[in-house]
Amino acid sequence: MAVRLTINGEPKTVDAAPGTPLLWVLRDHLKMTGTKFGCGVAQCGACTVHIDGSPTRSCITPHDSLDGAEIKTIEGVDGRAADAIREAWIENQVPQCGYCQSGQIMSAAALLAENPSPSDADIDSAMSGNLCRCATYMSIRRAIKDAASKV
Amino acid sequence: MTGSGLFVLGVTLAGCSNYVEPDVDANAFDLPEAGPSPLTEVKGGDATPTLWIAIEEDGTVKITCHRSEMGQQVWTSMAQIVADELDADWDNVEIVQAEGHERYGDQNTDGSRSVRYNFHRLRIAGAAMKQMLIGAAAMYWELDPAQCSAAEGKVSNDQNSDTLSYGNLAELAGRLQIPAEDEITLKQPDEWRFINKEVPSLTIPKLVKGEGTFGIDVDRPNMVYAVVARPPQVFGRTGSVDDAATLEVPGVLRTVRLPDARPPAVFNAMGGVAVVAEDTWAAIEGRNALAVTWRDGPNAGYDSESYGEAMKATARRRGTMRRSRGDTASALSSAATRIEAEYYAPHLSQSPMEPPAATAEWDGDTLTCWACVQDPQSTRNVLAEVLGIDKENITVNATWLGGAFGRKSKPDFVVEAALIAKEVGRPVKVTWTREDEVAHGFYHSVSAQFCEAGLDEEGNCTAYLHRTVFPPIASTFVDGMATPTDGEMGLGATDVPFAVPNLRVESGDAKGHLRIGWLRSVSNIYHAFAVQSFAAEMAHAAGRDQKDYLLDLIGADRKIDPGTEGATYSNYDASLEEYPIETARLRNVVNIAANMADWGRDMPDGRGLGIAAHRSFLSYIATVIEVAVGENGELSIPGVWLAVDAGTVINPRHVRAQMEGGTIYGLSNALYGEITARGGAVVQDNFPSWRLMRMGEAPRAFEVEIVRSNAPPAGVGEPATPPAAPALANAIFNATGHRIRTLPIIGAQGSRLTIPQTDNA
Repeated sequence: MAVRLTINGEPKTVDAAPGTPLLWVLRDHLKMTGTKFGCGVAQCGACTVHIDGSPTRSCITPHDSLDGAEIKTIEGVDGRAADAIREAWIENQVPQCGYCQSGQIMSAAALLAENPSPSDADIDSAMSGNLCRCATYMSIRRAIKDAASKV
Repeated sequence: MTGSGLFVLGVTLAGCSNYVEPDVDANAFDLPEAGPSPLTEVKGGDATPTLWIAIEEDGTVKITCHRSEMGQQVWTSMAQIVADELDADWDNVEIVQAEGHERYGDQNTDGSRSVRYNFHRLRIAGAAMKQMLIGAAAMYWELDPAQCSAAEGKVSNDQNSDTLSYGNLAELAGRLQIPAEDEITLKQPDEWRFINKEVPSLTIPKLVKGEGTFGIDVDRPNMVYAVVARPPQVFGRTGSVDDAATLEVPGVLRTVRLPDARPPAVFNAMGGVAVVAEDTWAAIEGRNALAVTWRDGPNAGYDSESYGEAMKATARRRGTMRRSRGDTASALSSAATRIEAEYYAPHLSQSPMEPPAATAEWDGDTLTCWACVQDPQSTRNVLAEVLGIDKENITVNATWLGGAFGRKSKPDFVVEAALIAKEVGRPVKVTWTREDEVAHGFYHSVSAQFCEAGLDEEGNCTAYLHRTVFPPIASTFVDGMATPTDGEMGLGATDVPFAVPNLRVESGDAKGHLRIGWLRSVSNIYHAFAVQSFAAEMAHAAGRDQKDYLLDLIGADRKIDPGTEGATYSNYDASLEEYPIETARLRNVVNIAANMADWGRDMPDGRGLGIAAHRSFLSYIATVIEVAVGENGELSIPGVWLAVDAGTVINPRHVRAQMEGGTIYGLSNALYGEITARGGAVVQDNFPSWRLMRMGEAPRAFEVEIVRSNAPPAGVGEPATPPAAPALANAIFNATGHRIRTLPIIGAQGSRLTIPQTDNA
């Protein structure tokens, strides 16, 4: 059954089985592989996208529940907070392997859009759903504060 | 230069008015045929510049990286080495990822040795290419090469400041004779422009936009998607298969039964049933609907808890001597004080954030694979063996790796993709779910260790016994192999640097019942945990400070050769002449880390500092950790201070990142990590039951100091991991009086430290 979605401002039509998580629609159907698979059970945050501005785990979000929603992915997320986060990520050389970083950036951008000067506790609370096995946590914390100081 | 490719570079130089670079026409020169490369066998392998560097007409410098990029920034560090000696313009540098092929020499991206193995030959390659570019310019200008110089992608005529760009010179330079090594002058360290500099990463600008291709991201025309249901036990077999419900799942195309695995495991697939579908989700749903009866194999009786008890019993019995100095047994029996301790550490899973994934395309004669593999050459070799085809008909392309930590040096997942692609006749991408990754790994070995020491009246150690028992990685390659290998013993056991008069290192046998494999720093993890914890236990028994006692144990400045005391020691495949075990360097990092942490400062109740120092992968690291333990056992890590001596460093930022990452990897595993097995099957399945450290648990402060050194480059990807667990355990002891001898400290479910009442008495 064809479903119409709005992703990064562009209308897309997808024909996936009912209930297919947005993650696999993005990756396999639309070939937008910036959003990553890490666990499939909303425990690692690698698949984080924005649904109407809120950070959302796409691995457990059925694509056919998103009619009319504004979906943003790492490929298209923009605005002052996202731009500042990307810049701070480069400035602080945050990523190591980078695999989890799409999700980290989506979570951090959502945090900064909501809270322009997050404390350590705010950062812990917003980012603890995003695992990083390379352990870039210290760099992420530094980069979020750096971005906050520039927004 | 052909007409269509003709271009003119208008370059205005300061002090020159409208200098226009002329086109260099290589065909205008009557050159003798160049002879073969004299650089095929320099230290590290083939340094022929054209193997590593291609300069395009537009000035783009394409540098081939034959090692796998998995977050250690090897793309950037390899490029730094080449571009420095080449005097390339960094903005023109691009990386080409090499396919798996012997022409590149060793491509096995493990053992923290990409820089060490390739530093010299990549410098030679870059310098040789620069010399040829200078030679081409000199020929064009009819000058002696000594009258020309190179910088930032251009050769200058020193007489008049005219320049010719590398892109313009490349074709002519490529026709010149490659110089021999003794005709090449490498830069002095003070001339380096990229080496030992914080050059920004070549991958990060792509990563922040979601660009770049990991193994799991590969896409091919007409591709289908597969997941595999594998037998829960290693060498379990597939019995009856009912795929009726699977085939009714929308998007599922078919199932493929894979051949049962037989010992030894090597890098082969585990068997089971693949579900092939139009997308990954349909494949996963189809697998959920599959009804398979699994048959028990030879590991059906494996219960990790009872096996751990058996290993501990082995560790208490006399073992096989692996290194011996003096008469440890007599010295123990005559010691004023004897202390002993038993340490246990469980299996661990590497768990890179990108699970294993591979794409294979079979056209009837040739196989092409794209996969996140640490070693595309061994991947190619195992594919040739499994498929029974010549490896000349196999191409293995390494993608970016979303972390690896040793898991992706085992290409069983690529074998699966190849077997399925051959059956299905369409390109297939096999994705491992997290459950697959956690339950079907090549695990870090479980270990039990026994340590005993004799102290004299002053508390000095006079006798030291360390006995280690673990299933060796060799059990993955040789069925039934149960004796720890010399290689593993040399990872923190036989290379112990203690200056004690009587010393004995022994091993005990243990059989493997899961697939045992490399995990970031390998046996160093459990060996450093035992040895560096026990050093602190000796200090406590002697009533001495941990750090001071550790320095005394390390003893006077000297070089150590375990081979003179009965050990078969390989020193990470490096010579002891080039990379000696130097106690002065170990003591130095201990002192630096202690100073950084303000060791000895007054600590409030419930707070403590712990220290550990360890040489691995030819680098020396000391780590101080501060813990805070609340009244109810809530544990936090306010700070980490780490000093590292890794010899010559290519990029200090990379080193700091690896020190942070390696330490947290060790802390995460020590606090939470535990893979257990019942009935031969792994119990854990996904992130709630297999737990990793999260942002809120990471240290607030993390300081790294890199010792300035002109020593040859050593490893940095792994050596920060071993000292992490003992430094943490030693800090917990200083904070609470509770000695941790069993890992994990907290485990998957807990949120706080359990401190037995007896410890506080």
